[in-house]
Parts: sequence; C-alpha cells; structure tokens
Amino acid sequence: MTLELILFYAFATAVIGAAIGVITSRNPVHAALWLVLTFFSSACLWLLAQAEFLAIALILVYVGAVMVLFLFVVMMLDVKIEPLREGYVRFLPVGIIVGLVMLAEMLALIGWRRHAGTAAPTDPAIAAGLSNTEWLGRVMFTDYILPFEIAAVILTVAIIAAITLTLRHRGGVRHQSPSRQVLVRREDRVRLVKVASVPPKGGPL
Amino acid sequence: MITLGHWLFLGAALFCISVAGIFINRKNVIVLLMSIELMLLAVNTNFIAFSHFLGDAAGQIFVFFILTVAAAESAIGLAILVVLFRSHDTINVKELDSLKG
Repeated sequence: MTLELILFYAFATAVIGAAIGVITSRNPVHAALWLVLTFFSSACLWLLAQAEFLAIALILVYVGAVMVLFLFVVMMLDVKIEPLREGYVRFLPVGIIVGLVMLAEMLALIGWRRHAGTAAPTDPAIAAGLSNTEWLGRVMFTDYILPFEIAAVILTVAIIAAITLTLRHRGGVRHQSPSRQVLVRREDRVRLVKVASVPPKGGPL
Repeated sequence: MITLGHWLFLGAALFCISVAGIFINRKNVIVLLMSIELMLLAVNTNFIAFSHFLGDAAGQIFVFFILTVAAAESAIGLAILVVLFRSHDTINVKELDSLKG
C-alpha cells in the first residue's frame, strides 16, 4: 500500500462523507459548507491524478465563486427551514434504496475488479517536458479554440441573464439619468439676462 | 497503486449520493441545486480519471467546459431562485404550482 493509495483513500473518504453531509444537513448553510469541503477534497484527488490546472481551477471557480454565491443567496433569503423538511423521513428509505440500487448497477457495469491491474501510463505532459497547464493550454488554443470561445459567450450570456433576472425598478427612488445628462444643451440651462446698470445714489463712494 | 477502478467507484458513489439527495430533499430548491453540482463533480471525476489513464487531453478539456457551463447554470439558477423568493416568498417546491402543471 503506497502513500499515494493511502492519500487516495483519505481524500475519497472525505469526499464521500462531506457529500453525505450535504444531502443530510438540516441547515442550508451547513449544506453549503459541506459542499465546500467536498469540492476541496475533490481538488486534492484531482491533484493525485496529475490534473493540477483543473484542481486549482476547481478551488478558484467553485470554492471561491460559486459557493460564495450559494452562501450569499442562502443567507440573503430568509428561508424558513421547517416546511422544507417535511417528507424528509418519508422519502429517506426511497432515496437510500434508489441510491444503493443505482450504485450496485453501476458497479456491475463498470466491473471494477477488471481494471484492478491496469496502472496509469506515464503522463504525456511530463513525457513532453511540459507542465499540465501548458499541455492543456496548447491543446485548448489549437484544437479546441472554437469551443473555448463558445464557453466565453456562454459566460457572457449567463452574466447578462443573471443581472436582468434580478434587476428591478422601484418607483419613488431618486437616481441620475446619465443619458439625459449628456443630452443637455447649453440653451436649456444657461439664460443670459440683460441687467441695466444703476448708478448708486449720492455719487461714487 | 491507484487503479481506474478506484476512480470509477468513487465517481459512481458520489453520483448515487447526489441522486439520493435529490430524492430526500425534494422540497428545498437550494439543496437540489447543490445535488446537481455534486452530480457534475462525479462526472468530472470520471473524466479526469479516464484522461489520466488514457493519457489524453480531451477529458481534461471537457472538464474545463463542464466547469464553465456549471458555473453559468448555478448563477442563472440562483438568480431565478432570488426572483422566485421575491414573488412567492417561499422556495418550497410543493407551493410552486402557479403553472397548474
């Protein structure tokens, strides 16, 4: 049993335990924090599989952005938890049965004993003398450049959709109108008035 | 020595946990979204394992795109959730029947 295998079992136990914590915790904030632990342990596992770039990207994108968004929404909405928990006990056996049957079916299909002897080949990135990031980048910006740009478009669509969905106009709020501000002309604001000069009484002081 | 079977077992277990989570948390939209994220994580783990064991970059590239789409999906999903809470004052799936479906 090598150190690598011990680490794999430790991280995999953390992933499975934290995932069970996500689906069973009573409070959505706790579920979000368990999900952070799941993602972090998965990132450690991905490091074991020599996918360094994606492991760091998982931490940056998921733990850093998506989970903060989740926590933000959970804490912003004043959710009453109790009505959401009804039916939990009733559906618990169904959930467990479906999960276990699916797991048994998948393992039967995978036949995980069959792969017991296959070791991983040497990493092509290391064989080519590159880092994992450089190796991925070379492929991504040559063969996969069109999907990469489509991914950028998807992110743009997502940000526009998220902002327009949550945008709301309330009446009675004082705010600036920049378009009307820049359209204003001098004639609208400045009025020159001819004022007749009046000499002071009694001559100059 | 970590074999492909270890990784596939981990991915299958994670996927089944998230399916069970969708069953037992069927009232709470937030935990449902989290279960979907767990499912995507299980799929990503399988992709990375196959990429590692086949020595092919396509698996890791695909994980990159799945991460992008999942981030977009959760951003839009949470935005819909906020709008839903503003209009209905609840996120209970049982009470979301205004479409009469």
